[in-house]
Amino acid sequence: MNRRVVIDPVTRVEGHGKVTLLVDENNQINEARLHIVEFRGFEKFIQGRPFWELPLVVQRLCGICPVSHHLAAAKAIDQIVGVDQLTEGALALRKLMHFGQVLQSHALHFFHLAAPDLVFGFDSDIARRNIVALIQNHQTLALQGVRIRKFGQQIIEAVSGKRIHGIAAVPGGMNAPLSADKITPFKAQVDDIIEWCEATIATIKTLFLSHRDYHEAFGATESNFMALSGEKGQLELYHGDLRIIDRRGNEIRRQPSDQYRALLSEQVKSWSYMKFPYLSHLTPETGWYRVGPLARINVCRYIDTPRAERCRQDFVSTLGAPAHSPLAYHWARMIEALHCAEAIKNLLHNPALLSNDLLGQGTRQQQGIGVIEAPRGTLIHHYEINGQDQVTMANLIVSTTNNNQAMNESIRKVAQQHLTGKELTPELLNLIEVVIRAYDPCLSCATHAAGKMPLRLELQTSDGKIHSALQRNSDGRLHNAG
Amino acid sequence: MSNDLQFSLDGVSVCFEKGETIMQAAQRAGIYLPHLCFHPDFSAHGSCRVCIVHLQGKTVAACTQPAESNQVVQSNTPELQKARLRLIQLLFAEGNHYCPTCETSGNCQLQALAYDLGMTHYHYDPFMPERQTDGSHPDLFIDRDRCIQCDLCGRASAEYDGKAIYTLSGRGQNTQLVFRSPSGLLGDTNAGADDRAAHICPVGCILPKTGNYQEPIGTRLYDHHPIHDIGNLRKEERGGSS
Repeated sequence: MNRRVVIDPVTRVEGHGKVTLLVDENNQINEARLHIVEFRGFEKFIQGRPFWELPLVVQRLCGICPVSHHLAAAKAIDQIVGVDQLTEGALALRKLMHFGQVLQSHALHFFHLAAPDLVFGFDSDIARRNIVALIQNHQTLALQGVRIRKFGQQIIEAVSGKRIHGIAAVPGGMNAPLSADKITPFKAQVDDIIEWCEATIATIKTLFLSHRDYHEAFGATESNFMALSGEKGQLELYHGDLRIIDRRGNEIRRQPSDQYRALLSEQVKSWSYMKFPYLSHLTPETGWYRVGPLARINVCRYIDTPRAERCRQDFVSTLGAPAHSPLAYHWARMIEALHCAEAIKNLLHNPALLSNDLLGQGTRQQQGIGVIEAPRGTLIHHYEINGQDQVTMANLIVSTTNNNQAMNESIRKVAQQHLTGKELTPELLNLIEVVIRAYDPCLSCATHAAGKMPLRLELQTSDGKIHSALQRNSDGRLHNAG
Repeated sequence: MSNDLQFSLDGVSVCFEKGETIMQAAQRAGIYLPHLCFHPDFSAHGSCRVCIVHLQGKTVAACTQPAESNQVVQSNTPELQKARLRLIQLLFAEGNHYCPTCETSGNCQLQALAYDLGMTHYHYDPFMPERQTDGSHPDLFIDRDRCIQCDLCGRASAEYDGKAIYTLSGRGQNTQLVFRSPSGLLGDTNAGADDRAAHICPVGCILPKTGNYQEPIGTRLYDHHPIHDIGNLRKEERGGSS
């Protein structure tokens, strides 16, 4: 009789998830399912709203990366008002807030959510595997993480008026320039931020190589990768072509990002609200792909800031190209953080940030497609409007959706590697969480309560009866709940 | 002005001219009485009830109650402030007032009064209406779910613009903003983007189609000043108050 193993909810990811392992009579994992059970409904309830509201409404999808949704929607409505080319000032402001966004989100994920696993070990005491213990035991590293994140948030606040859910992008541009007095404090801090990001990359490398074979094999699964790419193949977070490479690193598609529909199809499965995108010219089984920091570092040919480029070269020479280990996401994530810090430094000296020439004009169009690299990966916003300026269609493919199949594959791999016999152990539960966390999924696009959330592991037969259950309470204690 | 033409408002002596209401006299004296449907340029409507005051044992609307000599009027009492809070909460529950994404946030008089009266929650179950939006006009967008039925647009259209395009229709909770055109669409009227009616809305019901969200956070009317200090301003009326 088939058994079903359920982990509900998953902790230290953004939002909640539930994992089911489908096990056959021989205790072999034949499928892993990461269930996304929250339904948001944004694509439906923004219908009928005036299009200029989109950047404000859809940024409420998320408390961690609202700027990415804000800017993806803004890029789409730029097209609706017929603006193909932003003014230099508007583009500089948007890029600045986007770099601030990616920097703060990556810092949040690495230092607050992932570092406790890496620093203390996957099998360390769960009660002390958190940011508080990190501050107590590795104060310098933890506080640098807090300050890196704060720096990114302050950049966002300077541009949009608030650290979360501000107002900045408007159809065809931005609503206000920066002032010199707002820029000055950032110039004084940015060199420290760059140093700390680079030092953190060295720490990650040391941690990764300390158990290299284990880390490289952990949940490893080969896949295609997709990311925006600059004109010359450089790492690009704001705008570029969609470039896709196969599992060996060969380019298999490169198209303007507004042609995403020609590249991607979406599959629906009954057990999850999250769709399963795949490359249209392949099958769902062979065409799934990964996005996010690892994909971007794999897809790009170089990074146009020197320190991040040196770190990328070191990453490639160490792990090969493309790298496939899910845990390499952490390494790639901090290379991107370093790139953002360097790019912010360059932008802070750009006088265009002070320009009042912030709005473009054009001829009204009936649809817009905005694609951006959010912290967690490629984010696609597609809207159509009617003659009364109301939204009639919205299609949002968010970063975590792009990684849906990849997470399932990695969970299955970890379970295959570590499930022994019929015993459901806290250790297995931890390891599954660790590999999910590597993808930095945003399951409900909600802010996160760090630490010891309740966790329930269930063993179910195929007729739905609970065979046994193990529960971890919010105080970290385990008890048999079967 | 005769010394006889005075009344007491919260213990302060307020002079008035014959024919003035309590609200008009208070405004001329620089005393703020909370309100939404009142505007000094237009006839009183008396519908929002936010300006209720106690007058010798009765509760009356200050915007419609004539001022009289030797009246004793109370406005700033805990009981009346609580009643105003409930009125504001009823308005929030009756429409769809989602401040976080509304472009009028920071300039909205309903929101400013809610802050001023200490509103922290809806209190009443929201109706969550689904009234028809109207984007038919080339320059204006109408979100009826944000209408508080103050009829300021109707009075401005009739009394100032001389067009009488905007009005209220229906009864009770079915009351809604309508336009005098064969199709019922604003786009089929001769409404203009520069009409006074298009700029009088105290909330986010009548919106322009261009220039949206242009004011950065921190520069909006009520970002730094409570409504009882600066009055019921509109963006176009900076420097004056009503």
